[in-house]
Amino acid sequence: MNAIYVMWMRQLKRYLRSKARIVGSMAQPLLFLVALGFGFGPIYAKAGGGNYIQFLTPGIIGMSIMFLAIFTGVDMIWDREFGFLKETLVAPVPRSQLVFGRMLGGATVATGQGIIVLLLSMVAGFRPVSIWQLPFAVMVMFLIALLFTAFGTAIGSVMEDIHGFQLITNFLVMPMFFLSGALFPLDNLPTFVRYVAACDPLFYGVDAMRSFLIGVAHMNVGLDIAILATISFALLGIGSWLFSRIEL
Amino acid sequence: MTIIIQVDRLLKTYGDFKAVNEISFNVQKGEIFGFLGPNGAGKTTTIKMLTTLTRPTAGKVTLDGHDPAVNPNEARHSFGIVFQDQSLDDELTAWENMEYHGMLYAVPKPLRHQRIEELLKFVELWDRKNDFVKTFSGGMKRRLEIARGLLHHPTILFLDEPTLGLDPQTRNHIWNYVCRLSKEEGMTIFFTTHYMQEAEDNADRIAIMDHGVIVAQDTVEKLMQNTQTENLEAAFLKLTGNELREENSNHTDNMRMRRRAWTGRR
Ligand SMILES: Nc1ncnc2c1ncn2[C@@H]1O[C@H](COP(=O)(O)OP(=O)(O)OP(=O)(O)O)[C@@H](O)[C@H]1O
Ligand SMILES: [Mg+2]
Repeated sequence: MNAIYVMWMRQLKRYLRSKARIVGSMAQPLLFLVALGFGFGPIYAKAGGGNYIQFLTPGIIGMSIMFLAIFTGVDMIWDREFGFLKETLVAPVPRSQLVFGRMLGGATVATGQGIIVLLLSMVAGFRPVSIWQLPFAVMVMFLIALLFTAFGTAIGSVMEDIHGFQLITNFLVMPMFFLSGALFPLDNLPTFVRYVAACDPLFYGVDAMRSFLIGVAHMNVGLDIAILATISFALLGIGSWLFSRIEL
Repeated sequence: MTIIIQVDRLLKTYGDFKAVNEISFNVQKGEIFGFLGPNGAGKTTTIKMLTTLTRPTAGKVTLDGHDPAVNPNEARHSFGIVFQDQSLDDELTAWENMEYHGMLYAVPKPLRHQRIEELLKFVELWDRKNDFVKTFSGGMKRRLEIARGLLHHPTILFLDEPTLGLDPQTRNHIWNYVCRLSKEEGMTIFFTTHYMQEAEDNADRIAIMDHGVIVAQDTVEKLMQNTQTENLEAAFLKLTGNELREENSNHTDNMRMRRRAWTGRR
């Protein structure tokens, strides 16, 4: 259990101590929220969509959690580079605990950021449908965070240097973001695209968050959560397995 | 005498290259065992296999009764290690690096804090304990690595060039501490170094490795006797043949050697 705590605490400290990292990971969602929210708001309203900030906020929260979670998972490459990974790999603790603590740390940080983005969006005019639903929204945030930290950790376990990260960003992370329905409703898109979107975990995350935050969703929220949880467990398993096989 | 490290025809290949080529040796419990060899000989690769970081291509290792390739978790309970290259967390303080290490190795809190204070004072970093490691000089980082490695008093302690880049005073200081630990607690020490005097002064027994194979293993006296040399450095050079190679080598040989030294030093 010590190992889980140590790895969790360390992830937290690393995040909180790096001002540049905090500002950097905060600036992007805010920029999206302000630029898109106010920029496309009038068009969206004119097209009969209603209040765009309401629609956009859950999507931006999901996006910011996904980016930070994947990033903290992939962060392991630096531990490999700077040697700290070795120190943990030879410690007399099960590697499953090391990797789980690390994932939990990343997920905690990403959830915290999601909550802050939510609060800031309320300053920008977002109104949640009900205060009582907020704890459920936070729970969904944590699920999204855990899922993508595990995803990032799996990638970090097999990638030996940072050069591959650009590829991952362009071919996996950005498509997942655009297909998640975070920015625009997917209803009117070609069927083919909607099938692809159905494979995107963030789609279910954003949908579940809309359900709790604005009371509107595509799917049954229970089904969303079940799918998110299933994918999270699968990725936790895969991430731990890949981590346990690391050789230096 | 009981054997605590048993290595039997251990092999590690990278592609066609045999980094470690079927080496065998034993280390006795409580022994201070020096593992010497020129750059790129395969010392670090051997230590990686002994400490569960890399799986051997072939061969068998027994470490305090466990095979690191088969039961890595059990094997990890038996040893501690100071790595050749950096393994600290730069974004944590010196104290946090020590504390987290102690927690990972399940050293009980009162003992942990007592030893952290003792060790940080010993390596003269106590007044810098709350500073981030990234603000430390190379030598300070090295001292912290050593202090951290000494925190949990394992059965076997691996030291891969522990004193690399440290001044002579500090090196002496550290070796005194290590020898005392070995005597008082019966701790087995397995170390590599390029400072021959260190090996001569401290090792009970020495193995010399070159190009992936062990070319000699014995006590310092026997090694000197067998090579008819005055000190370990001369014996080492005679056994690994670098002296001869240097004298007769042409330009391309020199280039090749330098490249090997360069890539091996990573
Ligand atoms: N991951 C790897 N892939 C390919 N070759 C490797 C790898 N690791 C080590 N080698 C090679 O294996 C050989 C032995 O390396 P090793 O690090 O064990 O040497 P060493 O004896 O520790 O040398 P030094 O005194 O410089 O630390 C070197 O030629 C090195 O280039
Ligand atoms: Mg080495």
